[in-house]
Amino acid sequence: MAKQHVSTIINGEPVEFLCEPQQTLLDVLRDELNLTGSKEGCASGDCGACTVILDGNMVCSCLMLGAEAEGRKITTIEGIAEGDKLHPVQQKFLEHAALQCGFCTPGFIVAAKALLDENKNPTEEEARYWLAGNLCRCTGYDKIIRAVLDAAAVMRGENPPSPAA
Amino acid sequence: MPNLSFTAPTTVDEAIRALAGAQGLAKPLAGGTDLLVQMRSGRTRPEVIVDIKRIPDLIGVREAGDSFVIGAATPGVMLSEHEAFSRAWPGIVEGVDLIGSQQIQGRASLVGNLCNASPAADSVPAMIAAHAVAVIAGPGGKREAAVEAIVTGPGQTSLKKGEFIIEFRVPKPKPRQSDAYLRFIPRTEMDIAVVGCGVNVTLDGSGLCTDARVVLGAVAPTQVIVTEAAEALKGHRLDDDTLSRLDAAAQRACKPINDKRGTIEYRTKVAGVLARRATKIAFERAAGRVAGVH
Repeated sequence: MAKQHVSTIINGEPVEFLCEPQQTLLDVLRDELNLTGSKEGCASGDCGACTVILDGNMVCSCLMLGAEAEGRKITTIEGIAEGDKLHPVQQKFLEHAALQCGFCTPGFIVAAKALLDENKNPTEEEARYWLAGNLCRCTGYDKIIRAVLDAAAVMRGENPPSPAA
Repeated sequence: MPNLSFTAPTTVDEAIRALAGAQGLAKPLAGGTDLLVQMRSGRTRPEVIVDIKRIPDLIGVREAGDSFVIGAATPGVMLSEHEAFSRAWPGIVEGVDLIGSQQIQGRASLVGNLCNASPAADSVPAMIAAHAVAVIAGPGGKREAAVEAIVTGPGQTSLKKGEFIIEFRVPKPKPRQSDAYLRFIPRTEMDIAVVGCGVNVTLDGSGLCTDARVVLGAVAPTQVIVTEAAEALKGHRLDDDTLSRLDAAAQRACKPINDKRGTIEYRTKVAGVLARRATKIAFERAAGRVAGVH
């Protein structure tokens, strides 16, 4: 079977690629486009490490074929910062030390950005449910949730104190 | 999968030709949240994947006369965000909302949840309870089938080669009619139903139940319509005696598996409890005492 030719927009840039029919979007991002920020954890939609935003909805890129990306708009972890300026979620992950090994972090940051794009003032419970599809085996989640809620406050124009060093 | 091919037709007829014309297994693709997992594990080895999302009207919810029409590839998030549908059938939306994570909700469809044919599918009991109908397109033209006629056993459906569901039609509720869905899992999120129960009730002006449908999931090879439980409700208010007969009828309808997530005895008991609780919520909603979901 011939490779599929796909034209899409990734992180605001038009991108064209060729892929095999069975290649997932995650395979294409990592192996064809060298966008290796999205991680493969479980490859079955359970861990969220491969989370990307597809036309406004967050999805697992491991559960989508590359060929399905034709004409769609995709945001990956590489498109979250604006140039050298970190997104508030990224900044707060650093300040709160909301990561240890870091493997789950790109997925969490993309998912948290998607949350805050939709809900500027999530409760802790809302944030925990929204992020339930992202697994972290290091942090115990608490620092992640603090970072996300603090990032939400920053994005609302408030000025939460940075956590004590 | 060395010989896999992918096609994304823009008409129903092209999709039928692609599905019917394949030598080997041909699979329609909506959200892919079951199909891709099964392909990776080797449980499914399709020769052709037919992405149905480029066909007009297969994504979205619309109102047509006395029904809501849900396109086959409509993702869960889109249904939950549809205000009129959420008000009309909060129980269906509750079931859909329980499927997987927010990431899965961004892709997974109700039709896929049905056609994956898991006994534990969370959206199915409330869809059956609401008398939802599947519109099926195939080489022989279009036909309609009640949702409960689609799944014939775990992983098995009554769809013939070349057929696929293009949409669901869900009748709009009558005055004082509403529904609810509850499931039991041993944790708070990201799990598969040990028992699920969808209930649809209609009340008269005095609060007596005039019509009901009670459907259990995850307690038999397919979803179970518990006629005896519905009969226990009809003509009654939700008094203790009615609830006891409902509970007993739900328990009698169970033929569950025995596994580490729930023994036969446990699943059976929980089916009765969920039937009681979901019925109470459906009654309250039907009586107008509780606003819609969310």
